[in-house]
Amino acid sequence: MPGVMTATSRSSVIVEIGGLPIALHCDNAAFIRLLTERYAGYVADSEQAAFDFDIELAPQGTVSGDEDLTVNWNSGRWLMERGDFHAEFSPATARGRIKQTINPFSLDSVLRIVHTLLLARKGGFLVHASSAIRNGRAFLFSGVSGAGKTTMARLAPPDTALLSDEISYVIPQDGGYCAVGTPFFGELARVGENLRAPIECVYLLAKGPENKIEPMAGAEAVHALLENVLFFARDPEFVKLVFDAAFDFAGRVPIRRLTFVPDARVWELIQ
Amino acid sequence: MSDKPYVARSTMIAARVLGDETMVMSATNSTLFTLDEVATVIWESADGVTPLEEIVKQKVCAQYDVPLEVALKDAEALVEQLAGHGLLLLSDRPIPQSSASPKVNP
Repeated sequence: MPGVMTATSRSSVIVEIGGLPIALHCDNAAFIRLLTERYAGYVADSEQAAFDFDIELAPQGTVSGDEDLTVNWNSGRWLMERGDFHAEFSPATARGRIKQTINPFSLDSVLRIVHTLLLARKGGFLVHASSAIRNGRAFLFSGVSGAGKTTMARLAPPDTALLSDEISYVIPQDGGYCAVGTPFFGELARVGENLRAPIECVYLLAKGPENKIEPMAGAEAVHALLENVLFFARDPEFVKLVFDAAFDFAGRVPIRRLTFVPDARVWELIQ
Repeated sequence: MSDKPYVARSTMIAARVLGDETMVMSATNSTLFTLDEVATVIWESADGVTPLEEIVKQKVCAQYDVPLEVALKDAEALVEQLAGHGLLLLSDRPIPQSSASPKVNP
């Protein structure tokens, strides 16, 4: 009697951000094609990835959309849950799985969290900031929602390369820090360029009647930076790593307050 | 006088001294606090075995020109606030070292 034979094909794409290639596997080839388009500029050619994630697409309506995000370390795995996804990964095995709806922005959120968790071990972090490279140096523009991150990105002159209009990726390099382009975008809906450069300065944004730059030092600078650094996990070791990284960063990279009128002239100050 | 005179720094925090101030972050919800100079003195002395009144007498009143009653009242309000955010532990008896965070370095 003939057996019932089934065959499933699995499609994959490797998305490399900040030098960390993550392979995404899914039975749904159309979804992988969607991801390949979404992460254009960050799709790696290599076969080898540092981490592998299997994605299971949940039918619409089976994953609730209104649960808050939780990220916890449990039995050697990071568990990440929000209304629109359930994910987990093990740093030891470099494997993980994601259950989500077909919305690619759910995966965006998972990738942000995964990179935040992995970056912490390298002394890096993600921060709410737009960032751009000008004359070979990176500038970050940080602040809460509405402070002007997207505005600064939108006003950037043609001689700049936009790294992100929303979430900047910061990693230590050569005794300093560099900013790395990401596909994580905000209102501008534009993927950042896949480039990196040493960070020259972080500007804490405030809109005002004139353009001016003021120094920030000590506790004020660190406090302002920490308020914008992404902390996802409720885990003491992780929080300490990122907290210490932010202090180290503030000791090496100037942090200044940029009050600006939202027009292109503000970029005359950014050199 | 509080019925929980012993205070210790929680292990569920990250903290750094910067100048005269201390920044403390809760590891459970990432809330950030900045302690001023006097609050830093109390924070650093919160070893779980020295009663709060003794800390205030030895470290606050000896260093700052403030009556014990006033300083103690302020200190009690401070530790209750920090305990409410999970940054400090309060107890009516000495708190073992394993429950408390070591003193942080600048």
